[in-house]
Amino acid sequence: MPAPARRIPHPREKRMIFANIDREGYTPDIDCYLRHGGYAELKKAVTLKPADIVAEVKASGLRGRGGAGFPTGVKWGFIRPGETKPVYLICNADESEPGTFKDRYIIHQDPHQLIEGMIISCFALNVHLAYLYIRGEFPHGAKILENAIAEAKAKGFLGKNLLGTGFDLEIYVHRGAGAYICGEETGLIESLEGKRAYPRIKPPYFPAVLGLYMCPTIVNNVETLCHIKHIVKMGGADYAKLGKPNNTGTRIIGVSGDVQKPGYFEIEVGSITMGELINDFCGGLKPGRTLKAIIPGGSSAKVFRADERFKLKAKAADGSMVENEIGVLDIPLDFDTMAACGSMAGSGGVIVMDDTRDMVEVLNNLNHFYAHESCGQCTPCREGSLWMRKITDRILAGGGVESDPELLASVSNRIAGKTICAFGEACSWPTMSFVAKFKEEFAGKAKKQVPAFTPPEFTSEILTGAQH
Amino acid sequence: MQIPPQLQAQVDEAISHYPVSKRSASLPLLHLFQEHFGYISEEMIQWIAAKLELEAIKIEQIVTFYPMFRRQPAGKAHIRICRTLSCALAGAEGLKTTICEIAGIPPLRHANSAESPISVSPDGKFSIEEVECLASCGSGPVIMVNDDLYERVTAEEIPTILSKYR
Ligand SMILES: Cc1cc2nc3c(=O)[nH]c(=O)nc-3n(C[C@H](O)[C@H](O)[C@H](O)COP(=O)(O)O)c2cc1C
Ligand code: SF4
Ligand code: FES
Repeated sequence: MPAPARRIPHPREKRMIFANIDREGYTPDIDCYLRHGGYAELKKAVTLKPADIVAEVKASGLRGRGGAGFPTGVKWGFIRPGETKPVYLICNADESEPGTFKDRYIIHQDPHQLIEGMIISCFALNVHLAYLYIRGEFPHGAKILENAIAEAKAKGFLGKNLLGTGFDLEIYVHRGAGAYICGEETGLIESLEGKRAYPRIKPPYFPAVLGLYMCPTIVNNVETLCHIKHIVKMGGADYAKLGKPNNTGTRIIGVSGDVQKPGYFEIEVGSITMGELINDFCGGLKPGRTLKAIIPGGSSAKVFRADERFKLKAKAADGSMVENEIGVLDIPLDFDTMAACGSMAGSGGVIVMDDTRDMVEVLNNLNHFYAHESCGQCTPCREGSLWMRKITDRILAGGGVESDPELLASVSNRIAGKTICAFGEACSWPTMSFVAKFKEEFAGKAKKQVPAFTPPEFTSEILTGAQH
Repeated sequence: MQIPPQLQAQVDEAISHYPVSKRSASLPLLHLFQEHFGYISEEMIQWIAAKLELEAIKIEQIVTFYPMFRRQPAGKAHIRICRTLSCALAGAEGLKTTICEIAGIPPLRHANSAESPISVSPDGKFSIEEVECLASCGSGPVIMVNDDLYERVTAEEIPTILSKYR
């Protein structure tokens, strides 16, 4: 196996979670981790009251790094103190949102950071049985994690009466088998119960209330759980000083596509702009090319067109509201600004496209992904994702008709908000945004003038029974 | 079907990870069987179902849902090539053609086709399957050969990579 390219961190990075990633001589075994101060935060955490750890996580302002950006402390707060049912914790290591590649490096290079974060979280939430759901395509990662768990157990950090506290905890690794929808937390829970990964309807199946085996369950992303360890180390208030208000801490951004040096970077949330990311961190575009489009937060995020402008409201020094106009490259990489610009920070996966790219082909690639990955429970999602794929297939094959862009927009608008899980939004947002923002490109390819198709065996008379 | 003692022991160990519900061991058991036998047969489905005290349909249901489980053997070296956006931008499509040529694999049907998404070379040495994003988007195009990941793969490297599995 060719060794992965080792990267030297960019000077403006703030490496906390990725402190040991790509470090010369750093190995995934527990001895190396202990030499670097590992498990010190666990030892500190078990001297604290569980409720106080939850309070620190709330104070930290940490938002989930799995995609939705939900505040972790608030999620944890849904578990009632004195809960009588068993409470479960699941680490979401399904990492399968196209464009996202961060959890992979934690799992393969620094597994004990994750295990320590999980143990602290279990202690805080009174969890005695936890699972680490890892995607099936990480076979080495699963072995590394199993090994890390066995090492932690042998050292008394895990298992019965861990660190002599009287607290028992088991963590097991559970492998998925190639389905993207297992990343959706309720689909993941079904999968862990040994079923098809059919997401559950919310309400009533909020995992924190009715999760694994119908018990309260917290599902958190790999990167999120690693942050817990650093919150315990720094204290919630100090952690919250990293980043920006309501967008605290650091996060890992992955850049792929048409840049000179794609890669991953850990930054304080909001500390750099999209332009700095592309030009300073990734060496800019390839020679002679210009920027065309950016998908900012995993493939499900709405695309930005390079020349888009945004009007953002901000509070001026005197407290009055002012309006600032910014371009795509001026957007700071944080949750709130990205949302205000009409897309999302999502999973931190940035995909860059230059002027050589055909937007119909790009959308068609994503439509194939979503059509393949819909779980099939909801008609709008199952049929709509396939329909959108077939339309972009048809346009690329030269058979696009004039009404196709409109039809694409119409189909996509009928999925979002009408389904059991957020895959509905995920599969419709690309189509919705590509067709709206690159209208001329779709229209230029879908030119055939063909009248609307009415299947002869189903004329309107037959359907209404009028001719009888 | 012969279940060697080692596989039997792995099965029992896997089941012990799910003290609340044995059914949760369905996926782990299917993984163990596919690793051992190379694919999932009707007989294995029956065996696993009996072991977990489930109706066979409960196992069949998940074999048909999860793309990683296959009902017929793949090649000795099974190649997964990522077809999703970042890898496509990095040239995955051309790479796929090269792999098929060098490994002697007939052209691949698309993953969305109703037929098997896996194409096997006539000598049974290699097979290929298009898969979705492998979470290595910054170092595309990526392929997996059996359990090994290869990043930034170029057409020139294919003969060397494949020769390790011949
Ligand atoms: C279709 C879909 C796919 C998802 N895939 C992932 C994933 O691969 N990894 C992940 O951590 N979260 C994924 N999520 C988000 C999870 O449902 C969940 O919000 C997250 O794991 C919660 O963890 P966090 O609060 O730490 O972010 C996905 C959500 C949806 C709707
Ligand atoms: S929205 Fe799509 S993926 Fe989600 S439950 Fe419905 S069919 Fe399944
Ligand atoms: S798109 Fe190929 S690994 Fe993500």
